[in-house]
Formats: sequence, structure tokens, C-alpha cells
Amino acid sequence: MDLAFTEDEEGFRHRLRAWLADVLPTLPDRPHPADWPGRRAYDCGWQRMLHDAGYAGLHWPEDAGGQGATPTQHLIFLEETERAGAPYVGAGFVGLLHAGPTIAAEGTPEQRARWLPPILRGDEVWCQGFSEPDAGSDLASLRTRAVRDGDTYVVSGSKIWTSHAEIADWCELLVRTAPVNADTPKHRGITWLALPMDAPGVTVRSLRTLAGTAEFAEVFLDEVRVPVGHRVGEENDGWRVTMVTLSFERGTAFVGEVVACRRVLEALARTAKANGRWDDAVLRRRLGRLAAECAALWRLTQWNVSEAQRTGGVPGVGGSVFKLRFSQVRQELYEAAAEVLGPDALDAGQEWVADRLSSLSYTIAAGTSQIQRNIVAERILGLPKGR
Amino acid sequence: MDFQLTDDQRALRAGMRELLERRFPRTRLRAVVDGDAERGAELDRALWRELGAAGLFALRVPESAGGVGLGLPEAVLAFEEAGRALLPGPLVATELAAGLSGLWAAVGAVPGSSQAGLSGLAAGAVQGETVVTALDVEGARAPVEHLVSADAVLALGPVAVELIPAAEVACAAEPMRSVDPATPLHRTGPIRTRRDQAGPGRSGIAARLRREAALLTAAQQLGSASRTVELAVDHAKRRTQFGRPIGAFQAVQHLCAQMLVRAESSRSVVYAAAVTEDPGDIAAAKLLADEAAVHNARDCLQVHGGMGFTWEADVHLHLKRAWVRAGQWQCAAAAEEELAAGLVSTVERCL
Repeated sequence: MDLAFTEDEEGFRHRLRAWLADVLPTLPDRPHPADWPGRRAYDCGWQRMLHDAGYAGLHWPEDAGGQGATPTQHLIFLEETERAGAPYVGAGFVGLLHAGPTIAAEGTPEQRARWLPPILRGDEVWCQGFSEPDAGSDLASLRTRAVRDGDTYVVSGSKIWTSHAEIADWCELLVRTAPVNADTPKHRGITWLALPMDAPGVTVRSLRTLAGTAEFAEVFLDEVRVPVGHRVGEENDGWRVTMVTLSFERGTAFVGEVVACRRVLEALARTAKANGRWDDAVLRRRLGRLAAECAALWRLTQWNVSEAQRTGGVPGVGGSVFKLRFSQVRQELYEAAAEVLGPDALDAGQEWVADRLSSLSYTIAAGTSQIQRNIVAERILGLPKGR
Repeated sequence: MDFQLTDDQRALRAGMRELLERRFPRTRLRAVVDGDAERGAELDRALWRELGAAGLFALRVPESAGGVGLGLPEAVLAFEEAGRALLPGPLVATELAAGLSGLWAAVGAVPGSSQAGLSGLAAGAVQGETVVTALDVEGARAPVEHLVSADAVLALGPVAVELIPAAEVACAAEPMRSVDPATPLHRTGPIRTRRDQAGPGRSGIAARLRREAALLTAAQQLGSASRTVELAVDHAKRRTQFGRPIGAFQAVQHLCAQMLVRAESSRSVVYAAAVTEDPGDIAAAKLLADEAAVHNARDCLQVHGGMGFTWEADVHLHLKRAWVRAGQWQCAAAAEEELAAGLVSTVERCL
């Protein structure tokens, strides 16, 4: 066990830190969260700066246009950018963390050449068309259909909880290409398509979250024609393609948020000192306990990243364990924040109130905590398949 | 950064597990627990010597002093296995005493201390010939474990560290009916270490030994927490109700999943603390490992149903030992206060 960084890793951190100190003061002001075109311009502008400085697609393989960095370097990158207060991946999330790595691993040379460079340059934005009104946690039950007509698929159905749909150029779309019956289990008839969001028949309708903002959308697909050449992987093999994608996160998906949790906690402690709440031993000890939880999340991240580095990215026990604990701690953190802030907790004009509200999504998004516990119980602990 | 066990560390952990399976199998644990009250309280000296011969107390002692010359991470891995097997005895205090003379040499003498006397009482701790228990004069004043079986008591004052003949402490101590049948406990009267100066110190030998004791105790808690996950999962696979194994029911699955989350979260911070030796990491390790051991034992008991409420099942032994350890060294309140203080300190932390 060695928590020290190598000379190369320290050098990387040093260069990155210096670059961030140079460029961050030149960034424009952050747009209002409701300003979608502004958000797109801001996030893509940041991606372009990363690209020009040689930090785009840091953990992507070099033959896909990435930098081929080790998981540890990626960890350092995420830690330093969060610490420096750099923009988050934002609108680039699906392209850089999901669709891009999928195309890099499973796409044809033509597909890689067409889609990967614009993702890395921040020229094109992707969204994720997985969930449906009746297929969220039970993703394999999706019903959006694609029927082959010559060299196009004709797609009809609807998607939901689609983040960034309002500003996306492309959607990584899972569709059903074979009916479910006794011979075909439901996850076997699924295909992965790249859907152009400006195709005729695509309608986007914003959904308003409980925070009052439009973070995600419904997408309606009415006989949308998608060229067969936009299919990544084989027909009916989309489930496997998707599982390949999910293994790319390698324990680094929430690094920024873990660093942010520690920062929020320190800010809360300062606030509590200033407003006198620090004298309440119960509250003070509660913040101390959260500090322990943050430390554990950070160490678990380092453990997972080191494991990924040793095994070449095969996810171990850590991913689901981390997701379960992290999503809970984040919510506990904002509950404690409300205690520190007292009446201000009811002032929706406070910036941190939006974070408190958004923390409620963490036990739901990317696999609910209940589904994660099923995964831990059945796949890791080997308990019999349940209902 | 490579935060994974090395091959040598894996081998050490496997070796320790195998040793304990051979020398301290479940039958031996049950003999301790089910024996008569008098015998049960006695420490098995032969076993203690076997542990010493296997190097359990010598892992951190330099090779020049007849030890193995490894570090805190290795000691943590060995103590995790001891916790897993519910090995009884003042393991932490004996390990600390075995390293004391080396530590003394490293940090320099404390004015007025008689190092020779100290070393004399601790001699043999490395080989498992001497049994040393501990008394923390500071803070919550945990009861002293295995006092009657011990040769010496490692007494930690606010600043000073002292070894006292066990008989001297015992004459002013009151036996308790210990909740843990394998850990006899004594309440002690007011004891003041002889050379104590005022004020708790964060540096110095006493502070350092306290931190190491907390971490090695956390390691045992981690071992117990992992073991109760296994016990619960095994039971959930075997026990059938309503025509299927109870492990197929989501309510039981989710209990077991949460147990794993607790054990693995505390593992990451216990191991990290062993590497960094940072006081904040150690406080987090003790806090989370205590919680994992106690709550996992309780959930394990729940998964076992009525069986879990019997003397025959080992679950209660894990729970009771976890309670004892949670009260030793850095208890929850102290750990939380230390971590809270870290939040407002100006020192830049690693995160």
C-alpha cells in the first residue's frame, strides 16, 4: 500500500496546477442555470481550452484521440480541477464519459473519426436516451422500437430523464430491434444507435425538477429515420455495448463531488463558528462524523482507482459500495447544513439550497440505492436471485 | 500511488488467518466462552507464546532488536485477522509494549524516566512470554482487560508512559462481571502516572501510542465487521423459509448489502490511516470501524433471527467484543471532536 505519488504524477499535478492558475481568471462569468444556450457555450468553451492544452479525453486511449493517462493521473486531474474551482464537465458529460468511450471501444474506424474529435474539441454535445417512462431501473424493459427499412431504422417511442436534451446534437439511443418472447430474453433485442437530435420526428419537452429548474427532458420519437451506419455494435447487441460503457467509469465518476463534499463541510464549520452553532456539541460532533465519512469516501476512491490501474479497468466491489455510501453522505451533509444555517435553510435564494435539493437525486440517478443494494447482494455477496 | 495490498502483505494476512484457524479454531473460542467462570477468565499462556513465536508482537520491532522490521500497515493486517477470529487477550497493549524500547530510543528519553525499569517489565513481550495490558488514565477511563492474567500494565498519562507491575494495579482494582465472556474487565481506582506533567499533548510518546492503539483496535473491529458479513451471508444462503433461502428476500439482501458497505468503507480508511499515520485518518478509522463492528454484529444477529439470540451462535460474541473495543482508546465522542477540530484548523489537509 503506497499513497505517495510518483515523480511523474507529481510533475503532472504541478503542470496542471500552473495551467489552471493561468487560465481560470480568463474565464467568463458562469451563466444562469436556466440559460441552456449559455451553459452550452460556457461548457464547450472550457472543453475547447482543455483540448488546446492537451487535457481533453485524458483517460481515453491515445488511438481514440485521448491522452492515455493512467487512472491515477485522471484522479489527480479531477482533484485539482475541483480544488481550483474549474468548471465541471457539464454539457460534455455524456459525450466524454459515456458515448465517446463506447464509440472508442465498439465503433468502426469511420464512426470514431466522425464522432470522437468533435466531442474532444467541445464542438458537439451528446445526451443519453436510455430511460423510458416504464423502463428506468428496469432498463432492459425498454420499448422504443426501431424497425429496419432498407438502410435506415425507423424509430418510434419516447425517452425520459434525458439530461441536456435541449442542447444536444446527438443522443446515444437504446432501442428494441427484436420483440421479447420466450426465445429472446428482453436484454437480447436491444440495439445502440447514434440519433441526430435535429432529425425530423424528434420532439424535446423540458421537465421541471423539484428544484424548479429544467435539468432534464422528455424526448418523443415519431418515425424518426436513423441510418444503419449510425449503429454502434451489432444489431441486438446493444446491451453488451452498454455494459462495456459502464465499465469505463473506473471509480472516478464522483471524484469531483467527493472533493466538493469536504469543501462544503469546511465551509459549514466556518459558518457554524461564525454564527455560534459550533458551540452545540451535538451539531459539532455530527460535522466531525461527516468528516470521517468524507475521508472514507476519498480513501475508497483511491482504493478503486488503484484497483482499476492494476486490473486494467475491471470494476471490483468498490463501485456499488461507493455509490451507495456517497449518495447517502451527500444527503446527510445537506441535512447538517440546514441545521447550521437555521432559518436561511428556507431561503431558496441561497445558492447552497439548490445543492441541497439536487442532492435528493443522488440516491435515484445512475441506479437507485435499492437497485445498487440488489447488485451488491446478488453479484458481490452471491445471495440467491431475489424478487 | 498504488493503494492496494502488496503480494507480501497479502501473504502475511493469509498466513495470519491460517495460523489462527489452526491455533485458535472455533472450538477453542467456544471453550473459552463456555468454560467455567474461573477458567474462562484466564488467558491461555501457551497460545500467547505461540502468537509471539509466530511474530504477532514483533511485526513492528526492528530486525536489529529481534523483530520482523515491518510497519503499521502489516500490524493492521495481522490485527484485522485477530479481530476476525475473536482472538481474546490484551493484544494491542502487548504489541505496543513490545515496541516500547525501540520507540524510546527513537524519540529520546523522557526526563526522569527509568528506561531500564520499563524495558525490564516489557522484556518478553516480543516473544509472547510477557502479557501486558493497558490503562489509559486520560478521558473515559475504559476498564482494564485481562488484568489478572497480565504481568504488567502499560499506563498512559496525559504525557508520560509507564509500565507498572500488574499486581500493583490489581490491588486497587475492582472486578466487573464483563459483558464479553472472553474479556475479563476491572475497574481501577484513581491512578496517577508518576512522572506526569500537565495537559494533554498531541505529540510525544503517549499521544503516539494512543493513536497506534486506536488504529490497531480499529483493525480488529474491521476484522469482526467483515466476519459478521460472511456469517450473515452464509446463514442467508442456507436458511430456508417460505420455500426459499431467506437470502432471496430483498429485505434480507439489503441488510447484507449495507453490512458490506459499512465494512468496506471502514476498510479503506483503516488501511489509509495505517499508511499515513495521520491523526485525522486514525480518528476516522476508529469511528467508522467501531460503527461497522457494532452495527454489522447487530444486523448479523437480525439475519440469524431467533438463532441469533442464542448463546450457541457466535454473533453475540462479536457484538459484545465490539462494544468493549468501541469503549477503548478513542471512543466515538473523542473521535468526532478530533475530526471536527480538523475542519476548522488552518492546516491544509490531503483532501
